[in-house]
Amino acid sequence: MASGVGEIKVNRLAYLYTLPALTVLALVVLYPFVYNVVISFSNMNLAHFRDWRLIGFQNYLTVLKDRSFWYFFLKTVLWTALNLIFHVSIGVFLALLLNKDLKGKSFYRTILILPWAMPQYITALTWRGMFNSEYGAIPLLFERWFGISIPWMTTEWGAFTACLITNIWLGFPFMMIIALGGLQSIPDELYEAAEIDGASPWLKFRHITMPLLKPVMAPAVTLGVIWTFNNFNVVWLVSNGGEPSDTTHILVSWVYKTGFTYFRFGYAAAFSMIIFAILLIFSWNFIKRTRAVEAVY
Amino acid sequence: MRKPRELSTSGKIAAYIILSLFALFSLYPVLNVFSVSLRPGDRLLSKSLAIIPENATLQTYQQLFTREPFLRWMFNSILVSAIVTVVSVALASTAGYAFSRYRFKGRSAAMVGLITTQMFPVTMLLLPLFIMLIKIKAYDNYSGLIIAYAATALPFAIWQMKGYYDTIPYSLEEAARIDGCSEVGIFWRIVLPLAAPALVITALFSFMTAWSEYLVAAVLIQDQRLFTLPLGLKTFQSTMEVSWGLYSAGAVIVSLPVVVLFLFLSRWLISGLTLGSVKG
Repeated sequence: MASGVGEIKVNRLAYLYTLPALTVLALVVLYPFVYNVVISFSNMNLAHFRDWRLIGFQNYLTVLKDRSFWYFFLKTVLWTALNLIFHVSIGVFLALLLNKDLKGKSFYRTILILPWAMPQYITALTWRGMFNSEYGAIPLLFERWFGISIPWMTTEWGAFTACLITNIWLGFPFMMIIALGGLQSIPDELYEAAEIDGASPWLKFRHITMPLLKPVMAPAVTLGVIWTFNNFNVVWLVSNGGEPSDTTHILVSWVYKTGFTYFRFGYAAAFSMIIFAILLIFSWNFIKRTRAVEAVY
Repeated sequence: MRKPRELSTSGKIAAYIILSLFALFSLYPVLNVFSVSLRPGDRLLSKSLAIIPENATLQTYQQLFTREPFLRWMFNSILVSAIVTVVSVALASTAGYAFSRYRFKGRSAAMVGLITTQMFPVTMLLLPLFIMLIKIKAYDNYSGLIIAYAATALPFAIWQMKGYYDTIPYSLEEAARIDGCSEVGIFWRIVLPLAAPALVITALFSFMTAWSEYLVAAVLIQDQRLFTLPLGLKTFQSTMEVSWGLYSAGAVIVSLPVVVLFLFLSRWLISGLTLGSVKG
């Protein structure tokens, strides 16, 4: 391996290769991160923009004592759980079908990954248009087929459901593709052997497909949780900034509002740190438990 | 005995029905936005659900190009996305190579660091950037936008490139080394050409990151003349009742090239995404 070549020369080249990328990341990621930590301990807001001072953990306490934090936190957890359940179950289910001998498989696959190919903000704005109470396609369809009108955009849970449907549409193709790749690497012989032993389809799924799919799905699910938990675009654009009256938020969109509409910089910075901490703790545990990263690097 | 991938006739019918239903679900929003874009001006607010509207016309497209600054937004977006693509492909192809081939101090820390950046909520980096820009009065500038987009695309791009380099046999490089090829020459003349598919995917991803990004642009760009496509299209949406047709026509044009490229390249994308995970 690389150690066979002169160690020092190799090392210097490695730094040369990585330095440009790491410099950009340090500039745009590391430096603002540190800056954000400092702001989170300060009283910076619109009134104290230049004359801010450090105030310790006060912002963190304010966030954690705020009832709306806990409300939006629970909602974000619900949002993430529901999305992931739908993404993974629909994705794996469709992948199982696409893995069978069917004519026109690649045609279906192409159409089914379409939502993934669309720019996210277009997806969000288009669905918002489709949920428009008067002229949107979805209320019209519901009225025509079932004779009911659902208050999509005017109630908290209606808007939540609208965001959820949009994000399910957006997210299942990714899981489908990952699952499909995993399924194709499972040798047919395993199923043939199980068939000879008289295993039912469910048993085959439970004892061959699921365990062998797990190492492939675990990193995808970890990423999926992180992306969904932090999915600003869909929630913000579909609900038009948290409508009705700031009830349709998840944690990130609420922080954005406090930061960029109310300019409570210190509070928003501390809030962001808490979100980051939640995700970091979750991911570490999840990765450790499923050993997801082992496969990745 | 049936082959594992074979389905019974009834199973096949069920599979086709389910696949068709989901295909319809995938396709419907696309058809809907296309349909709205074809409506003539006076029928924009119709309650019709026909996919090809009555008196279908391309007049919203014409209006988009002649009466709205759509071409300018498009030029801005292409400019920003192209630079971001070049920058991130250059940086990710070299960094990915080092992570794949060399063992050096800080390697694993850097790789874990790359994953960690995916957990940052947008506001955590956006807020300091925003405050810094206010302080140095550097609003309305593409350089900030370009660096921010490249940094967003890089972690994933580096991982992707590293995963692909891992699949290129090391013996090729050994052979070149024995023939007297320099270290840089090995990378430039042997490895990089072999990694062409991964470079294409990385380029596509970086381009899409910049082409589709809304939030950072919304915070950094205030000047209407510097608007990128997402900012421009959002202005139509804020008055959806009047400019729904314009938004839809714009959405179709913006998505079309990305969707075509994506579908065209999806086969490589799929193998690239699954390679890294399957080998464990």
